[in-house]
Amino acid sequence: MLNLVVCLKQVPMVTELPWDEKTGTLRRDLAAGMMNPACKHALEAALQIKEKYFAKITVITMGPPAAEEVLREAMALGADEAILICDRLLAGSDTFATSLVLKEAIKKKCPKFDLILCGAYTADSETAQVGPQLAEELDLPAAAYVEKLEIFGRTLRLRRLVDNFRETLEMEFPALVTISMENYKPRFTKLAGLENAFCGKGVVVLDAAALGIKAASMEQQCSRTKVRKVFLKKAQKENVLIQGTASLVVTEFLDKYQRTISTAIGKSIEEKKLDEKEQ
Amino acid sequence: MKKSNKKSIWVFGDYRNYYQNRVTLQLLSKAVDLAKIIKAEVCALIFGHEIDEWIMEYTAHGADRILAIDDPALKSYSTERYLAIIEALAKERDPEIILIGATDFGREFAPRLAKRLKTGLSADCVGLDITEDGLLLQLAPSFGGNMLAEIITERHRPQMATVRPGTFKEIPHNYERKALVERLPLMKNLPKSRVRLIEYERSVEKEHTIENASVIVCGGRGMGNKEKFKRLQELAKLLGGNVGATRPVVYAGWADHDALVGQAGKHIKPKILFSFGISGAIQHTAGLGEANFIVAINKNSQATMMKMADVAIAADASDVLNSLIKELKKRIRE
Ligand SMILES: Cc1cc2nc3c(=O)[nH]c(=O)nc-3n(C[C@H](O)[C@H](O)[C@H](O)COP(=O)(O)OP(=O)(O)OC[C@H]3O[C@@H](n4cnc5c(N)ncnc54)[C@H](O)[C@@H]3O)c2cc1C
Ligand SMILES: Nc1ncnc2c1ncn2[C@@H]1O[C@H](COP(=O)(O)O)[C@@H](O)[C@H]1O
Repeated sequence: MLNLVVCLKQVPMVTELPWDEKTGTLRRDLAAGMMNPACKHALEAALQIKEKYFAKITVITMGPPAAEEVLREAMALGADEAILICDRLLAGSDTFATSLVLKEAIKKKCPKFDLILCGAYTADSETAQVGPQLAEELDLPAAAYVEKLEIFGRTLRLRRLVDNFRETLEMEFPALVTISMENYKPRFTKLAGLENAFCGKGVVVLDAAALGIKAASMEQQCSRTKVRKVFLKKAQKENVLIQGTASLVVTEFLDKYQRTISTAIGKSIEEKKLDEKEQ
Repeated sequence: MKKSNKKSIWVFGDYRNYYQNRVTLQLLSKAVDLAKIIKAEVCALIFGHEIDEWIMEYTAHGADRILAIDDPALKSYSTERYLAIIEALAKERDPEIILIGATDFGREFAPRLAKRLKTGLSADCVGLDITEDGLLLQLAPSFGGNMLAEIITERHRPQMATVRPGTFKEIPHNYERKALVERLPLMKNLPKSRVRLIEYERSVEKEHTIENASVIVCGGRGMGNKEKFKRLQELAKLLGGNVGATRPVVYAGWADHDALVGQAGKHIKPKILFSFGISGAIQHTAGLGEANFIVAINKNSQATMMKMADVAIAADASDVLNSLIKELKKRIRE
């Protein structure tokens, strides 16, 4: 039987972005949560493996108590076991700390895993770092941005597109992949499944102590990066207004921004007028 | 004067991407600026086979020192091998800062390197600076780029960041420049990669998906009707980009669902976004956070989309579109 672990994260809905201006951290407690889109794709990949081969899926998340919702959702879709890592000490962890905590939980609860699946990146922090760093923690062969998985015995074959290279890679279990959003379109949750998941099997909850993490908070003890300040991006824009008839505004716009446009499109729209004068 | 006691800023030479994006050159340019402030040297790393071209190129674009390993064993990119090499070099030489382009490869490779070096890393930065305390200030986007965070790595070294291509301008090349080129032998105990590359081919398909397009022409209800909307395709073609659409437009059948941009659709990250006749509802703009430069055309100068644009053109969307197509046909040179 294949032992699959899927790392899931609950992220706030994009329409609500409360954050604490003083501490510069997100007020996740105030925002409605959903399963991170890329994590949904990772779960879908695991579910498809389970349908094709004999497999058990353990889903795992580190987050506030409300993050249990994404585990329940995953169980409704077909995950077998769920682990919630939840402790105030873990709040404010960066990717360095998060991947360390996930490793401890995996080593403790499912040490015999064959494959770990992560989303390629999260919609909130967007680092795409937790997957590769978890691979490093567990010393695993790994590949990011995977679109297609196949399993031959203990060998994992995968396809992916990175930097305009379409690659086919192979590695042996145990391994780790991060799943891109190109393929593995998530399935819908059936209502019946959802109800079952909430009354069915329990979620295992682990705190920091259970993982051998000592008193001091992870933020200070283990995180490497520190957020000094968070701010909305809009404030940075120049926001130039151009008004007039269509042909005038277009000429003004092209003259003024010819460099920006040329760089973006990779073709020059500059200096043609000069050439014409020369001729 | 082989090894230097000077602080060093390392730039990972991502030469495989040279022809699609020149992020390494852009990083060298920024590294030169940062190096002046913290009195450091700029050092480019190049691993591969037959790499003299890149040694020359990175020297011409600002590197003071090059650490080069030229060996057939490094003919193709390999995360595990590159990791082992840089880990060893970094432990020996203690760079102050390591900058890596946020290409797909960079974003897979950098987190593992940071973990090995037990240091911090910020992802996909859109700005770098030096703080008053001499630390690397890393400006990283979050929430689809709607927010920016200032990140520092206080105590651990090196300070590491991946940087989004296109963030900085490269310095014009100067082939007279000289750098100290250290040609290093391949490590003897280089690990065998556990990931086997079975086959690969260069592919252009990725450039053609809207998520990866560097130019996007987006249209909304303000385009008026389907025929006028279809002309957006012509502009997109001229600029080598893709067409995007808002939800009402998709529902009206002016565009395919694939083109939907926003919370319910695609998140895009073009270098330049043209937004024609779009009001700028949050569900739409949630997908635009990573657009680098936004040009909005709307007859209502008070529309939200106009407020979040770099350039807001207050005029009729269709008229501007037609004029733009006409004018660009005259100006574009391949
Ligand atoms: C749950 C949910 C999810 C959603 N997800 C998405 C999503 O993913 N993507 C999305 O796009 N929408 C989404 N929507 C819809 C979204 O809320 C807006 O309704 C939509 O984005 C508006 O599209 P629009 O800007 O084209 O139209 P409008 O809001 O009608 O704006 C038209 C604009 O065109 C301008 N205009 C009119 N005539 C002209 C002219 N002749 N010349 C120039 N300008 C002109 C007007 O001034 C106006 O600003 C979602 C909504 C919900 C409830
Ligand atoms: N708190 C978390 N709990 C479980 N998995 C996580 C957590 N944070 C990140 N991940 C996993 O790592 C992936 C990439 O996250 P990120 O590095 O934040 O972009 C996610 O898609 C998840 O699979």
